[in-house]
This record gives sequence, structure tokens and C-alpha cells, in this order.
Amino acid sequence: MSLTAQDIDRIANLARLELPPEEGQRMLDQINGFFTIVEAMRAVDTAGVQPLPHPIATIQEVALRLRDDLASEPNQREANQQSAPAVERGLFLVPKVIE
Amino acid sequence: MSTKQKTLLVQGYEVVIGFETHAQLSTQSKIFSRAPIAFGAEPNTQACAVDLALPGTLPVMNKGAVARAIEFGLAVGSHIAEESIFARKNYFYPDLPKGYQISQFEIPVVQGGEVSFFVGDEKKTVRLVRAHLEEDAGKSLHEDFIGQSGIDLNRAGTPLLEIVTEPDIRSSEEAVAYAKELHKIVTWIGICDGNMQEGSFRCDANVSVRKPGAPLGTRREIKNLNSFKFMQQAIDFEVRWQIEQIEDGFEIQQATVLFDPDTGETRAMRTKEDAADYRYFPDPDLPPLVIGRDWVARVQAEMTELPRVMAARFVADYGLPEYDATTLTQSKAMAAYFEAAAKACGQAKLVSNWVMGEVSRRLNASEVGIEQAPVSAAQLAAMIGRIADSTISNSAAKQVFDALWTEGGDVDAIIEAKGLKQMNDTGALEAIIDEVLAANPKNVEEFRAGNGKALNGLVGPIMKASKGKANPAQVNELLLKKLQA
Amino acid sequence: MTALHDLTVAALAADLRAQKVSATEVAQHFLARSLADTSGSFLSLNAEATLAQAKVADAQLAAGTAGPLAGVPMAHKDIFVTTDFPTTAGSKMLEGYRSPFDATVVRKLGVQEGGAGMVNVGKLNCDEFAMGSSNENSAYKSVTNPWDTARVPGGSSGGSAAAVAARLVPAATGTDTGGSIRQPASFCGITGIKPTYGRASRYGMIAYASSLDQAGPMARTAEDCALMLSAMCGPDLDRDSTSLDVPAENFARDLNASLDGLRIGIPQEFFGEGLAPGVRAAVDAALKEYEKLGAKLVSISLPRTELSIPVYYIIAPAEASSNLSRFDGVKFGHRSKDYTDLVSMYKRSRAEGFGEEVKRRIMTGAYVLSHGYYDAYYLQAQKIRRMIADDFQQAFKVCDVIAGPVAPTVAWKLGEKADDPVANYLADIFTLPASLAGLPGMSVPAGFGEEGMPVGLQLIGNYFKEAQLLNAAHRLQQATDFHLRQPGGAS
Repeated sequence: MSLTAQDIDRIANLARLELPPEEGQRMLDQINGFFTIVEAMRAVDTAGVQPLPHPIATIQEVALRLRDDLASEPNQREANQQSAPAVERGLFLVPKVIE
Repeated sequence: MSTKQKTLLVQGYEVVIGFETHAQLSTQSKIFSRAPIAFGAEPNTQACAVDLALPGTLPVMNKGAVARAIEFGLAVGSHIAEESIFARKNYFYPDLPKGYQISQFEIPVVQGGEVSFFVGDEKKTVRLVRAHLEEDAGKSLHEDFIGQSGIDLNRAGTPLLEIVTEPDIRSSEEAVAYAKELHKIVTWIGICDGNMQEGSFRCDANVSVRKPGAPLGTRREIKNLNSFKFMQQAIDFEVRWQIEQIEDGFEIQQATVLFDPDTGETRAMRTKEDAADYRYFPDPDLPPLVIGRDWVARVQAEMTELPRVMAARFVADYGLPEYDATTLTQSKAMAAYFEAAAKACGQAKLVSNWVMGEVSRRLNASEVGIEQAPVSAAQLAAMIGRIADSTISNSAAKQVFDALWTEGGDVDAIIEAKGLKQMNDTGALEAIIDEVLAANPKNVEEFRAGNGKALNGLVGPIMKASKGKANPAQVNELLLKKLQA
Repeated sequence: MTALHDLTVAALAADLRAQKVSATEVAQHFLARSLADTSGSFLSLNAEATLAQAKVADAQLAAGTAGPLAGVPMAHKDIFVTTDFPTTAGSKMLEGYRSPFDATVVRKLGVQEGGAGMVNVGKLNCDEFAMGSSNENSAYKSVTNPWDTARVPGGSSGGSAAAVAARLVPAATGTDTGGSIRQPASFCGITGIKPTYGRASRYGMIAYASSLDQAGPMARTAEDCALMLSAMCGPDLDRDSTSLDVPAENFARDLNASLDGLRIGIPQEFFGEGLAPGVRAAVDAALKEYEKLGAKLVSISLPRTELSIPVYYIIAPAEASSNLSRFDGVKFGHRSKDYTDLVSMYKRSRAEGFGEEVKRRIMTGAYVLSHGYYDAYYLQAQKIRRMIADDFQQAFKVCDVIAGPVAPTVAWKLGEKADDPVANYLADIFTLPASLAGLPGMSVPAGFGEEGMPVGLQLIGNYFKEAQLLNAAHRLQQATDFHLRQPGGAS
């Protein structure tokens, strides 16, 4: 499976990454290089095999833990916003969002 | 599908509507963090590190959100999944701090189910595909900032239940009726406060049209319908717009649209390219949600009686017509009020008439709920009791009720104070009737000649002479007796 | 009198407890060495913050309320968020970022109440967002291997390994997603362990690949690793949903147990053509030592070893592409100075803030999750992952511990593989399988290979068998002295 320059453009857009043309080309070559090793993986017969998203599921049941419904987080706005690029009156500022 | 299929065509086209409703769950804390979710707090004072997606933060699931999903599933007769999976829906937006929303994709917690309601006197059932848990996004504020938007993440992480229907709805009227019934269910069982102005209950309608028998048309999604009134307007406009497009030879393009209440029109939002490629995958930070059958059984056992069930019970136990039962079970509070009053005086139908009539009228006029009614169920029952035992007439009761509503007090004391006791003494009444008959020979003659309407000319003076205290039924009975003698 | 920097964590802890030396003195000693360091191991140092911690440790030691490792200096890989030092994850995206909270692992090891009492000397350099095998992907500077400054220390915990090898600190934390503790430990001649997935909390550990990331200690000896691991591990049920509800353990309890009858599985796939002769020789010698100690070597097969490369490099970038979406210039992190609207703000901030390898993995990850490719790539990889995990379970039916090389070669020269990302990926072949299965794995100094560079022996255990791994490592260290050697000859 070979990626094209259009694929790179589409994915860069999905991932919100600006890639200048030479970088896009380099990325295309490198990712295609990587996908040559991926092809072997695609050919493996995995019929009837369940995916393993949580490693411990190999040996035991994994279930989501549920916490009690209690609001215990205090207001720490100042500390939480100390590394914010742009804040005004407690709001994070961004270029205008157009709907 | 509806039991009595009526074809509701608009200009020859069938309207096909599916709904997606986001109900904010009434928990104390957020779905994946321990920040509070009260409405109206100062910006970003209810957004903790997890909500802001600060590096290193992780989600931890709120049991209360899951419990409410189970309650909803049981209320609509659906299957509660033994195991369901949280998935990441990836896209970039400033009100989405992680750059993905934790939602459920392939395997939701609630599967199937249905919602039934009346449109006029026709019963309609809309099937649900699913309901799943997910987190809400924050808010963008545009006023006050030139060329910029201010992001408030207080709402980010509030638990939502997204409820999706099959495209079973066939008119804007049905749509509103469905939405109202769904609203009633979620507020009735207490999982959502239903406050549409605050965004607790948000509806999106997927609308398409087709000639009967043709395959489904391309649908457009009307987002954020937050009032029932605008809901109907928006859908009506969208339907007419789509039909016009098709008639003019244009194809409908899939789009997301917003309704503008000022213009009464729907317009397409700025299209987001690649908007559909959310790259869903199971969230590796959250193992599968396992719900044991014993938990479901416990929730079922503790669940409050549902409106449809209660309505059926009112019909069976109190002999009420289905219409009355449905109206009285529009809210838990109203049903409780009715039942308390009916039990107290044993006059279910009379109570029903008064609650659906006078009580509701006054509540609507002052825009309060029945919880704030100045007349309690006990007081209403007492008053109705006095009607039933002929102490007061219906018209006198209206005065009593008015006094109770505006001034409060005790039913018997008011009757006494206003001298509203009905005259039940037949002797005195007969005397009055004889006097009136004597004074109105012409009416007597006309009545005996066959003109039934002449009776009214006699009833009036009798009631006046009795200062309104005569029991109208008795008046009629005695008057006729005398006239026919 | 042994220099402070030649003492192990265990020895320092004992001296501090006996009040032979103060935490402040010890901290000053290691601060001086760290401030003078030229290897690039540290990204941030702050004497004031460190000495403040030392002061607290001294008070605890005096009051008798100190934790088991009170006053012992260490340093954190710059993936763990700390309130008193900036955290960069080796990236320009987080230059100057200050976290309002400390990672759970930081609190468990540190001087806060309930912690082990260790004193943090600073934040250690690493490959950007833990993505890399040489520390050359750090956005700030590379790190040089103390054994040969023309060579890489390994990655992504390169700064941690180099700092410990150069004795700038007696111990450090690292993170291991595909081998990032084991491989740099091997390249720098130190000891490191990645516990069973879910043993150590990931709260406060900047996420790269959520289903693979694990924190672990890096030090000179297995005993030191055992002491630190005991402090680091334990359930964090309130904050991390993948944290396992298994009680904290004393991983040092079996260090001296006999290895008589221990069955050591030798995967034939780990000893193929690509293995450098010098590495093979060191590993074989170590295995002979084990036989002398009473262990039995058993030939096993891990047939999908080679497949672990594409499987890992599909799954990890996929999770990373999503985990790194939060770096958007809105709430924290780098925001470009040059944009025209919201979309360009996103695209430029992220393009400027992320380095090439990170961008490459984000792109790969987004691709394999995208519409039409999910089943063939991501889902397929997760299925093979289960098969790989099952292969290990099969192997553990006939052996107790699996042993082999950590990497096919010794540390390579700086710049040698910098332009060839795939070459870097291929070198991870021996560490990836245990990562995918979530099994605990260690690197133990096993001697020297080509160019006199250190070689590590990898030990892989079944789930929850860290104590057994540390026991095997410790017994080897009692029989050899590789772990005591230091760059420059003296030991």
C-alpha cells in the first residue's frame, strides 16, 4: 500500500500540521519506506482472534473502575492557566471561531 | 411503527425524520473528572486539570453517569449492554480540549428501545437505535472579543447521554411530540433537569424527503433545536426548502444546518472538510464498561413508576379516560397532585377536570409549576368533596377556588364567610318556585305550550331569588315537577 | 572513604538514615556534578528547588518520619510533570511549561507526605515525547554516552541512562513504551526495569502510547532498582483507570533467593543473523553464569518476534496521534506568532512545536486510524498483538524467565541513524514484544561488546513477576562486576 502526495495533504490537514512541500515529500518517502515492513503484517491470518487493547486482558478480565459521583475538585483556575498562551477574564483566547 | 398509518404528505412528498438528542445527566461531578457541573459559574472555574487536558491527565469514570444510562435504558425498554466500549472521536475544535471527545462508537451502553406518544388521538411509536454516554464540549463566546473568541471549558466533561432514533418520524408535529415525550421521560426518571434554555436537552433533527415508495433521500441535519416551538418551525421550513430544491431540479447535498429564529430559516453551517473522518478507536485509557445483570436488576427494582405505566394505572384504577390519564401524567408532580387529591375525596373524574382545567389554566398564566400551586391537593380535595356532597354548586366552587388561590385558607371557612352554601332545603325552594311561577305566567304558558326554552326565563329569577344558593339540579327537578303537574 | 557518587541508593539511604551525612550535603554534592555536566543529560536544574526538598528530607530524617529512601538524590525523566521544575517532554511544544500538579510517581518517590523521600536534582533529557531510540530526537540537544561521547546513550530515556552511568545521580526514573528504559540501560551499562503494564500509575506521565507506556527505575544495581520500584508502584485507582488494583509489593524481598532449577527460556528468534558478535558473546557469557548458579537454559520460540516491529509502529503512533492532539496552542504549550485564522494557528503551532519524528508518527498514526484503513492496519495490529502475548504465555509454560539481548548492537555513533527512521525502528526488535504483551522486562549489565561498549542482558518475566526478575539480576550482579564499572576505567 503506497501513500500518495494527496494522502499526505489529507492527513496533514486531519492532524493539523502545516508541512512545507519539501517536508511533505520527505515525509511521504519515509512513511512509504515504513509501510514496506507493514505489508508482512497485513498478510497474517488473524481470523477469530480478538484484538488486545489492554495487555493484562491476556490473563485476566479487565473492567472499567467506577468512582463515586462526588465533586471534589476545587477551583484552581489561576494555577491551571499559568502556562496559557492567551487568557482574558478567565477565558482562553483564540482566533475567532466561525460556525 | 404507528398502529394507524396515516400518510402525511407535504406537496406529495413523504417526510422522514430521525432525532439525536443530547441529554445532560444530572450528576454532581463530570463524567471523567471530579469537577462540579453547576450551570452559570465564572469561566473556567469548574474546569480541572483533567478537563483542560493538561499533559499527564487521565479519565476516571463516574458511576452516577452509568447508573443514569441504565435507568434510561430500562425506561425505554432497551437492552443494557453487558460490556460496552468507550471510543475516541478525533477532531480539532477550541472547545474540545483533548482534540478528541470520549464517546461510544461500535458498542454503546444502551441498545434498542422505543418511545410511544400521542399525536392528537393517534398513538405513535418511535424506535430507538441506541443511547450512549459521552462527554460534553466547552463553550465559545464571541461577543466582547473582536476577531477572537473566548473559550470557557466549564462545560467540558459534563456527562451526556446521546439518544438516537430510527428515522421513524413522519412530520414536524410528530417530531415535537416525540421530543416532548422524551423530555418527559428523562425529567420524570430524574436523570436530566430538562432545562432547554441552559442546554440540558439539545435536539438535532435529521430531515429528508422522498416520494412515497422511493429510497431514502439525502438528509440534512438541523442542529441545536433548543425549544419545541422553534423545532416545529425549523423542520417545516427545512422540508419546504428541500422540496423546492428538488422540484427545481437540484440535488440535496448532505449538510449540517442551523435554524435562525429571527428569520425562521435554516442555513447550512460552514462545511468542515474531512469532518466525517473522526478516526474512532477504543480509548486505551478506559477498559470496557461491564454492567452486571444484578446491577441492572437493582436499578430496575428502585425505579420510579414510569409515566405510561402510571397512566394505564389511572385508567384502570380510577376509571379515567386515556386522554385525562395522559395529560395528568405529563409530570411526576402533576400526577402526584392528582392522585393525592383523588384519594382524599374519592372523586377522580372531578379532580381530573379541575386539575386539567382551572388549576392548569392558572399555573400557565403565572408560569409556575404545580409544585408552586397555592392550592394544595388536600385543599382541592376538600373543595371537591363539598361539591360532591352538594354543599356548594359548581359555580360557587369557582369562587371558593379563587379565594383559595389568591388568599389561601380553609374550604369550609371560605364557604361560610362568603355564604356560598347551596340551598338544599326543598321547602324553601318550593316556596320560591311557586312565587316565580306566579309572577311569570307567560313563561309558564309558553312552556306548557311546548316551548322548552321558556324554562330559562324561570330558572333565572329562581336562582336570583335564592341568591344563587339554589342547587341547580334541584331547581330543575322541582320546577319540572310543578310545571308538569 | 568512598565518594558519595560511588555509593548505591541502598548505601546512601542507610547512611542518611544513620545520619552519617545530611540530605543537604548529599544534594549539594550531586548538584555540583550535575551543574558541571557536559553530556546534555539535564534539561533543567534548579539548585534552590532541590535544596528545598533536601531540607524537608533532613527534617523528616530528624523527626523519624522519613520514607525508606529519604534524602537520596535522583532525577526525573522530563516526561513526568513536576510543580517545582518545568516539564518539556524534550519538545519545543512545552518549552517553559509548568504543571500545576505533580505526577503520581513523582509524589510517591519524593519528599511529600507518604513519599519515599528522594530528592529531585532536575529533569532529564529524552527523545521528544518519548519517541526515539537514541535521544537524538530531543528538540533541545542530544545526549552523549559517557562510555564514548561520540555515541548515543540510547533512547528515549537517554538522559536518565547517561546521568546514572556518569554518576551525576545515583538513580533516575525512565519510561518504557517499546524499550526506552531497557535499551538505554543496555547502551550505558546500567540496570533498568519496566514493570508489568499497570503497576505504576501513568497519571502525570505525559502520554505517548497509552496502552504501552510504563514508568520504571534506572540505577546501577538491581537492588537499587528493586527499592525504587517498590516505592513507584501501587494502585492509583482515583486517577488512572489503567492502574491495576494489585497491592504494592516489596520487590526486594527475593533478591538473594537461589536460582537453582530456574528455567531460563532462550528465544531462538533473538539470536539470528542481525545480532552483533560482540553482543552475542556477552549475552552467552552471562547465560553461562546463570547455568553456574543452577539455572537451566531452555530453547523456546517467539515466532512473531519480527512482526512486533510493524505491530508496535502501527499501534504506538496511532495512540500517540490522538494523545498529542491536545497540543493545539489553546490552553498551554507553544502558539505560533504567525497565523491568520484558527486553522492556521493550529497548523503552524503544531508544525513549529513538534520535531520531525513526532510529526512522522502523528501522520502514520492518523493514517492507520483513518476511514478505510482502520481494519487493515490498526485492528489487524491489535489482533497480532494478542497472538504475540499468547506466544509468551505458551513459552512461560516451559520456562520461568526469558533471556536474551536487549538490542542487536551496542550504542551507535551520533548521527549514524539520524536520517533513517526505519533503521531505528528495526533495532527495537527485541524489546518490542514484551512491551506489546505488557510483560515486565529488565536490562542487566552483562559485559562489553564492540568498541568496548556496554552490553545489557534482557530478562523478561511473566505478569507480576518483577521480584523474580530482580532476583535473577541481583544474583548475576553478585557473580559479576559489570554493574560496578564506570566510564574511564575505575570501579
